Amino acid sequence: MELILVNLIDGLVTGLLLFMLSAGLTLIFSMMGVLNFAHASFYMLGAYFAYQISIALGFWMGLLIAPLIVGIMGAGVERYGLRRVHQYGHVPELIFTFGLALLIEELVQFIWGKNQMPYSVPDVLNFTAFAIAGNSIPAYKIFMIFISIAIFIGLLYILTRTRVGMIIQAALSYPRTVEALGHNVPLIFMGVFGVGTALAGVAGVIAGPVLGTFPGMAFVLGSIVFVTIVIGGLGSLWGALVASLLIGWITTFAKSYNIAMSDILNGIGIPSPADLDTSAFRDLWTVTSPQIADILPYILMVMILIFRPQGLFGKRQS
Amino acid sequence: MTDTNVKDPARSKEQITTDPSKPAQRMGAGSMTLTLTPWLIGAVLLAILPFVFTSNSALTIMNQMWITVIFALAYNMLLGQGGMLSFGHAVYAGVGGFACMHIMNASDFFASFPLPVLPIFGGLFGMGLALIVGSFSTRSAGTVFAMISLGVGELIAASSVIVVAFFGGEEGISGDRTYAMPFFGNEFLQQIDVYYLISFWVIVSAALMYLWSRTPVGRMANAVRDNPERAEFLGYSARWVRFYSFVASGFFAGIAGGLFAINYEILTEENLNTASSGIILLVTFLGGVGFFFGPIIGAIVFTLVQTVLSLETDLWAFYAGTLFVATVMFFPGGLAGLMMMHVPAFKLGKAGYLVRPYIRTLIPAAIGTLGLCALVEMTFHVRHAATGDTQMTLFWIPFDSHAILPWVIAAAIALIGLGIARATTPALRDAWNEANTAGDRS
Amino acid sequence: MKKIVKLGAVSALSLIVGAASAFAADIKIAFIDPLSGPFASTGTNGLHQFEFAADYMVNQQGGVLGGQTFEVVGFDNKISPKESLIQLQVAIDQGIRFITQGNSSGVANALTEAIDKHNRRNPDDRVLFLNYAAVDPALTNDKCNFWHFRFDANADIKMDAITDSIASNQEIERIYIIGQDYSFGKAVSAAANRFLSEKRPDIEVVGDELHPIGKVKDFTPYSRKIVASGADAVITGNWGADMLGLGKSIIENGFDGPIYTYYAAGSGITAAFGETGKGAIRLVSEGQINPPPTDEAAAYYQAFKAKYPDGNIDQSRISNTIGMLAQAIEAAGTADDVVKVAYELAGMEYESIWGGKVFMREEDHQAIQDIHIQEHTDEGITFTYDGSDYGVRSMKRIEMASMDSPTTCQMKRP
Repeated sequence: MELILVNLIDGLVTGLLLFMLSAGLTLIFSMMGVLNFAHASFYMLGAYFAYQISIALGFWMGLLIAPLIVGIMGAGVERYGLRRVHQYGHVPELIFTFGLALLIEELVQFIWGKNQMPYSVPDVLNFTAFAIAGNSIPAYKIFMIFISIAIFIGLLYILTRTRVGMIIQAALSYPRTVEALGHNVPLIFMGVFGVGTALAGVAGVIAGPVLGTFPGMAFVLGSIVFVTIVIGGLGSLWGALVASLLIGWITTFAKSYNIAMSDILNGIGIPSPADLDTSAFRDLWTVTSPQIADILPYILMVMILIFRPQGLFGKRQS
Repeated sequence: MTDTNVKDPARSKEQITTDPSKPAQRMGAGSMTLTLTPWLIGAVLLAILPFVFTSNSALTIMNQMWITVIFALAYNMLLGQGGMLSFGHAVYAGVGGFACMHIMNASDFFASFPLPVLPIFGGLFGMGLALIVGSFSTRSAGTVFAMISLGVGELIAASSVIVVAFFGGEEGISGDRTYAMPFFGNEFLQQIDVYYLISFWVIVSAALMYLWSRTPVGRMANAVRDNPERAEFLGYSARWVRFYSFVASGFFAGIAGGLFAINYEILTEENLNTASSGIILLVTFLGGVGFFFGPIIGAIVFTLVQTVLSLETDLWAFYAGTLFVATVMFFPGGLAGLMMMHVPAFKLGKAGYLVRPYIRTLIPAAIGTLGLCALVEMTFHVRHAATGDTQMTLFWIPFDSHAILPWVIAAAIALIGLGIARATTPALRDAWNEANTAGDRS
Repeated sequence: MKKIVKLGAVSALSLIVGAASAFAADIKIAFIDPLSGPFASTGTNGLHQFEFAADYMVNQQGGVLGGQTFEVVGFDNKISPKESLIQLQVAIDQGIRFITQGNSSGVANALTEAIDKHNRRNPDDRVLFLNYAAVDPALTNDKCNFWHFRFDANADIKMDAITDSIASNQEIERIYIIGQDYSFGKAVSAAANRFLSEKRPDIEVVGDELHPIGKVKDFTPYSRKIVASGADAVITGNWGADMLGLGKSIIENGFDGPIYTYYAAGSGITAAFGETGKGAIRLVSEGQINPPPTDEAAAYYQAFKAKYPDGNIDQSRISNTIGMLAQAIEAAGTADDVVKVAYELAGMEYESIWGGKVFMREEDHQAIQDIHIQEHTDEGITFTYDGSDYGVRSMKRIEMASMDSPTTCQMKRP
């Protein structure tokens, strides 16, 4: 029972971290129709910048400055790269971000080398907040939860309660009308792209110390972010939140409990074959849930796309 | 600018025209006349290349190239001709290859037919998988298709380490091609034998894929790509047209996988994973999706970059990334599009106008770029080489990377080269307009 | 147009391949390992150790066969079996007769089979495969061949040493085994279960599981299970980011017993563990780094540090590989006839500068050597790793570990 509570907290941390990435991505997608493959690369840049800044000025300045730099870089990418490619259509845009992801990874290796960086949790937060049945919950995780929730609330407030948010929402659906009203739509796009990448940067800053800061960190996270926003429904902030938490909890629980496929199959009345070691399906029978935990989101995504192509909260079928 | 910025993502996703404003760059199945000449030239070229490059490594690299050519052409059946973006196409080639590997290991059956037939089985297995996946994934194009392909690709790649019986786990499975029935006394012991086997299949599959693009189904794939609604009104089911393209593409991808099995005699998880799927997308796009021969160029260039450039520098991936980003930004038609841009000038008989401006701009630009590369390499060397190891060799010139002089020279070359290129660009632009617009007046 | 481009591209290809082979050193060793991509740090560090060993141990001593020098040529295989086979072909074409590789047993498996086939089909330019780090036991058992030599202890030998250490510690009663879901992870798990049930039947294996390799972002759920199982010690064969992620997560989530590992040192891992890993991380490996076993070893390490201040010697077997190869070439009197060199290598006894002997078993070409259980600490460390204050110190030495271990190898000799 205690373990379930611990797993709920762990899943929440994973989910919220994923949300910070998918929130930016889903905003960018709904606005420009671009699946930004380089999104996770900005997450990586956030971690590296924060590491570099934390050496000189400490963790907190890193948390403050690194996302700003990442956001400015993101805006620059939109202004000088994507905007140019946009006229050619969506596939070139996508390939552009694809190539950009490759380039950023190479650049990071060029500057920081190929080793893992010793970027670690600040001392202030390096203690055990509380323990449940021997399982300690590090204070840093609590901090991560608070930061993510604060960002979500802030984002929701800006999008639904402020004038800027209104204009952004309007630009999402009726860009030409908004432009005719005298708003600078390209500027709004650039801003949203910058904010989206800055969010990814924040995620990188706070995830770097726990998940490791190394050149492969973008690739590891890569496609799972897409899966999240597709499950949630492209362009839906709430969808991104729900899908992130769903994925966080599903993977956490699948890893925490050894559910064997043979138990499930036996449970629904299919007996194990007698000659298990030689059977062609032996691998299927011996699969356990931790083995497949990380591919469960993909299965979920394919199912959702087949039966509800617009995603859980998506409004349009794209 | 702004009005093109905002398009309905759903619609434009279906339109994979590389540059809508330039009709010459559009994919046109009818734009090339059906002629035997290019095929004959290609076949002769394939036949004589081994006499020019006799070493085994050159053969190995060329084998890799032709396999990638088939795979990229198969991929372009989806992307270029059908407007379907797939993120998981490696699995069809991979599954075809794994099936061939199992056939190789089934010694009695394998000994009953000659090796050159084996890729057909790969094709059939690739097609079989495409039949299953295509039955639900081709219902819609655009993002839904792309994400299903990503999901299915990840699933199969992930199951490759779990389902050891078929995929052999992380080690993969290996076999020996020489156990097949001798083909006119040939047991395919040497690379050169394999080279001709692969060359034969390259010609056959490329020709078949070209012919496919000219069948009614192939033509309808273009129509469905450009405007599915209109195609539906004409009485064609967009879904079934996509499905047929998908299955055919799976077949040829499977053939590529079968050839891979013959050439390397081992298949691993790497043949299935998303990185391989991503690479084939990049290869195809680099070559140009708008033309049938685009992927061929892409495959050749990419294989050279990956295999040969990586012998020379650790930074090959950096250059490859730069090449891709530059291609997408400046030549969205890919390398093939870049070449075909010159067709109008040739047709007008005015291509000669371009020669001198090109020499004036491109050669300084190339030299300047090499200067930039030298700067990058030197920075890399200073940062990452051993302490005290200041000697490095670039372009066959050994020098001291910590001395100032090489830096000055490299920077000067870069600046001057790119400066000249920049200064002569207006002249090139004028010449370009001259070579292309004169036809309109006449 | 197409023709011209093709022609141009391919002539460029032949030019480059040709140019690369133009620099002829005397005896060349092809180092085929990842030099770009996510595993590049391990590969690059290995290449540096090889280059240094060739230079320090052979070239500066006047070379072999009366003045021939060694040159180590790096080939980037991007940790892909396919690329490895292409690079192998390129290396063979450049006249290289000695191939070395270590990262990933999957690649080693592809290479050993390809080399076996190549040597059978091309008796004129045969090559040897000097495996310095791929530890899948199958390579010297079912899949062994005459051309393959392993200079590292295989997974079973290392597990024998780990379980010796565990068996002598009466406080350990419950063990958790976790590894990556592939051949090596499975081999580790099988060996651990086998040896534990032989040596300490009273020890309970409370968990034995595999996780997807290189895909896990957050190891917290796994460490929760480990803590909840009440295990006293953890055994893992993880490497790279999976090792660091798992180790840090286990410790941070409240586990305080020893973690027995194969690869938790160097390549940035030692620095990243830092204080957290002290007293917890145990490493099984050949070659003692701290305290330096011999003056020779200390001098060797210092010279390496002078050249690569950021580098580590975390694979002392690399210098053994070079040393044994040099000795074998010297004894064979030739570097061109690899069959002779191979016969010299098989059965060779070699005095390692890292202390003790290395014996290359004739029946399976597996090196037998002293194995150490080392701990991650900052006390009593002469040579630290990763420019941090931490390093590994030998806690226990097992002399000539698994000298009599059985092998299923049935080698065909030419």
